[in-house]
Amino acid sequence: MAKRIDVSGLNAYYSSFLAIEDISMTVEPRSVTAFIGPSGCGKSTFLRTLNRMHEVTPGGRVEGKVMLDDENLYGAGIDPVAVRREVGMVFQRPNPFPTMSVYDNVAAGLKLNGKFKKSELDDVVEKSLRGANLWNEVKDRLNKPGSGLSGGQQQRLCIARAIAVEPNVLLMDEPCSALDPISTLAIEDLIGELKERFTIVIVTHNMQQAARVSDRTAFFNLAAVGQPGKLIEIDETERIFSNPSVQATEDYISGRFG
Amino acid sequence: MDITTDPQKPAPAPVPHQPPGKDAKRAARGATRPGDRIFLGLSRGSGIFVLVIMAAIAAFLTYRASIAISKNEANFFTTLEWNPTGTPPEFGIAVLAFGTVVSSVIAMAVAVPIAVGIALFITHYAPRKLGGAIGYVIDLLAAVPSIVYGLWGALVLVPHMEGLFGWLDEYLGWTGVFEWNQGAPRSLFTVGILLAIMILPIITNVSREVFRQVPRMHEEAALALGATRWEVIRMSVLPFGRSGVISASMLGLGRALGETMAVAMVLSSSFEINLSLLDTGGGTFAQNIASKFNEATVMGRDALIASGLVLFVITLLVNGAARMIIGRRKEYSGANA
Repeated sequence: MAKRIDVSGLNAYYSSFLAIEDISMTVEPRSVTAFIGPSGCGKSTFLRTLNRMHEVTPGGRVEGKVMLDDENLYGAGIDPVAVRREVGMVFQRPNPFPTMSVYDNVAAGLKLNGKFKKSELDDVVEKSLRGANLWNEVKDRLNKPGSGLSGGQQQRLCIARAIAVEPNVLLMDEPCSALDPISTLAIEDLIGELKERFTIVIVTHNMQQAARVSDRTAFFNLAAVGQPGKLIEIDETERIFSNPSVQATEDYISGRFG
Repeated sequence: MDITTDPQKPAPAPVPHQPPGKDAKRAARGATRPGDRIFLGLSRGSGIFVLVIMAAIAAFLTYRASIAISKNEANFFTTLEWNPTGTPPEFGIAVLAFGTVVSSVIAMAVAVPIAVGIALFITHYAPRKLGGAIGYVIDLLAAVPSIVYGLWGALVLVPHMEGLFGWLDEYLGWTGVFEWNQGAPRSLFTVGILLAIMILPIITNVSREVFRQVPRMHEEAALALGATRWEVIRMSVLPFGRSGVISASMLGLGRALGETMAVAMVLSSSFEINLSLLDTGGGTFAQNIASKFNEATVMGRDALIASGLVLFVITLLVNGAARMIIGRRKEYSGANA
């Protein structure tokens, strides 16, 4: 299931503004890769180029190549809708569909992909909720609205919704920044379990979190406001946090930036 | 009710064992400034004023209506006659209720889907400039006075309805509802179409505002699951906008129920219930009042006022029903997201 992501020479624009410049990296399957860097350095923008969500922003466009195993996501004839069914995403703020029940939220992606029997849906919903460590908390209230859950539960519901369609890659855009420490811990544990099955890319502002959950860490930075964000380096997480090869990374990690 | 916004509720006294005097009460309420007191008085006064006007209208309608109804020898709700000055006076609202409800239902059935479609096109499909231009034209449409719609309806719409009527008669005539005897198309159906055009702008405008407010994150949730544009609309835009569209429709329905001039100018009215909607005949509350009021005697006016009271009650019931529909699934609405 999990696939390798290979990015080369990627630029992303908002209209004429170059937001990120010339990014190349490889993300290994069945691993967690964390993106860190100051606000505005383009790490979220870069994340959104990996499932072609960047281009839904008015004026958003991308140059370069993103290979998912042997397939260029930006190749001719590739349908962005199909890309997003293969590359799941979890957002900063939990966003379950407010008008849908817990069950329907998890089943939403499947229903888009075609007709399923009720029993098949039941199985996938249970499996996904178990996969998101949420089953025991919601099994008695599957028909209650998803927006009635706590913030942490909502975020795990969103993860269940994303993994229900069995994507190859799971992108997470600061998935814990709106959550309390206990819910954060639950999500982090979950990420550790999910990497057995998926390729995971996570953007985080929390460097301890990057150190805890990721195998590899990429550091992004920008020269100045208005300048494009760039990938400074990507390496084993342990190395980035102990002995990074670029001075800027060390400055950022130790709090001596700017 | 939210207690914290209730100005009547005194805050807990800071010194509880102080003897309760006038000064202590004032102190307990906290310092009040003249500006606050004036504004409180003004806003409270305005609120009460609305209630007084509403009560005055209801009292007037009820009083005059009761005079007429007490003299009525026939059943007010089922009689198909309107003869308040006869001996004995006999009148009923069945025909008017039928005509009003039927023309409004036709108007809603035509206008709501088109209005929702236009609103979705403006907010989610059209390029920003085109959407803005269309929205501007719709706004203009809302400002056209109903007398102008009436003129246009009578002079342009009516002659052009014959083709549609013939088509409906040919293919749906067997239902009885769309049977047409080749009369002038000044029927309840034409009125319904004209009303649909008249209420289209208000429903479109309110729906557009609601669709515009759909949180970006709900739409992105659907997009990230691999939803197409239509699926995004179905999964996040329409559910979020549902209650707003209902409110918008009720605003439109309110206008359709009460529309007078345009209906009076287009409809060739007669006091009968005709189940084939393409044939002339029938009437609505407002149209009936407008056509008969000038020549009516005191008793005739009171009878018309009684019919006006029924329209008033129908409008209240429609609004109540809309609120119930909106409230029933409140926990699923986007409001608590």
